[in-house]
Amino acid sequence: MGTRRTTKGVDRRAFLRIAGMSLGAGALYRVAPALAAGGPGAEMAHELGRRNGETPAPFTFVQLSDTHVGFEGPPDPIGTRPFERAVEVVNRLPQKPDLVLFTGDLTHDTEKPGEHEARMRRFRQIASGLAVRDQRAVPGEHDAALDGGALFRGAFGETHYAFDHKGVHFVALDNVSRGKPEVGPEQLAWLRKDLARFPPTAPIVVFTHRPLFDLRPDWEWFTRDGDEVMRVLEPFENVTVLYGHIHREDVHVGPHARHYAARSLVFAFPDPAGPAEKKPLPFDPEKPFKNVGLRLVHAGPGQRPEASAIRCEEVELTMAERSGTEGFAQLLRPTSILS
Amino acid sequence: MTASLRIGSIALLVALLAPASPPAQEPRVVEIRARRFEFTPNVVTLRKDEPVVLRLRTDDFTHGLYMKELGIDSEFAPGKAVDVPLTPRKAGRYSVICDHFCGSGHGNMKMTIVVE
Repeated sequence: MGTRRTTKGVDRRAFLRIAGMSLGAGALYRVAPALAAGGPGAEMAHELGRRNGETPAPFTFVQLSDTHVGFEGPPDPIGTRPFERAVEVVNRLPQKPDLVLFTGDLTHDTEKPGEHEARMRRFRQIASGLAVRDQRAVPGEHDAALDGGALFRGAFGETHYAFDHKGVHFVALDNVSRGKPEVGPEQLAWLRKDLARFPPTAPIVVFTHRPLFDLRPDWEWFTRDGDEVMRVLEPFENVTVLYGHIHREDVHVGPHARHYAARSLVFAFPDPAGPAEKKPLPFDPEKPFKNVGLRLVHAGPGQRPEASAIRCEEVELTMAERSGTEGFAQLLRPTSILS
Repeated sequence: MTASLRIGSIALLVALLAPASPPAQEPRVVEIRARRFEFTPNVVTLRKDEPVVLRLRTDDFTHGLYMKELGIDSEFAPGKAVDVPLTPRKAGRYSVICDHFCGSGHGNMKMTIVVE
């Protein structure tokens, strides 16, 4: 392992960190909570601001994934209920998130004339209940692979783009609308150009639908040119990749980034290390929200400078465990799990 | 006659007199047809180190055929067969998927290649 670069004794890689926790209805991330601590943290923030052009500031954001509006089937006989409950959970968070990121498969595909548009409208209707106005989305294959993303663009805007928020550069990547699981050469060229203006110290959050690494290729849990994407991101010190598609939590530590998958809001898939078959986990009428969820993200410098970075090192699995075993009860009393 | 010309003439003579090498054997062609959301046949058995050509056809939609370990990464559309040359080097059972999204049942569209 190489020597980490420091600024006045503070480790830059460790300074900006994303800490994520599963809520049982998504994922919450907190960015750079150490900034508020002052001392070396404040010095580091100032230095990063000088280098990156914007000083990082603490904030939180939520990841929601795979709502599959319109899906009907035995693994999810309650339709959009988990999505609607997730909206309630997010709205009752004690700290209002700055952003909500949707990592694909907002809708379930259909070729019935007019029906996919109706599902996109229904998605927008439910999402409009979020008290968080800044909502960003990337498509999943069920949204965009059959028509090259035409409907998605009409409803939600471009399928890949970038924006900045409080010192963090967010990149939305589309690895679905070409039909095959790939980003494609045009988008790779765009990514290189987009990142060219940033120094290696810039904290970057990539959000996309499919994993950018070979998680389980025989289940189509991969991106054909994911390695090329990661090569473009390689010079950057703080890269976090958030994705969906696999309908379950997963943490993968790559050589240059940490990759986090969020639960879905319909049904769960099994552990990829386990069975040979990719079959949805069966619906449990006693625990109707079991295995589904969202992710809340806290970003920014943390309480201790050495424990604060745009890297999801601290996924609080206790929340995940509770959501897995007590999903329904937990979602009925979201404030109790957030205290 | 220069030395180089002599050598060239001898080489030509040897080539003309040499017994004709047997024609290279054409690789076996294995037809695979795809339609939403299945492959036919669903299981193909190949011999290790035997060169074959997988001939891919579809009538309904663009499909993919993907198996990284075997080096299969192809896409084929209605109206045009696509040939995939393949010489499997390792015995085993390989799960091969359609990796071009083709609708709601796409996630389970797969077949098996058995290499003996």
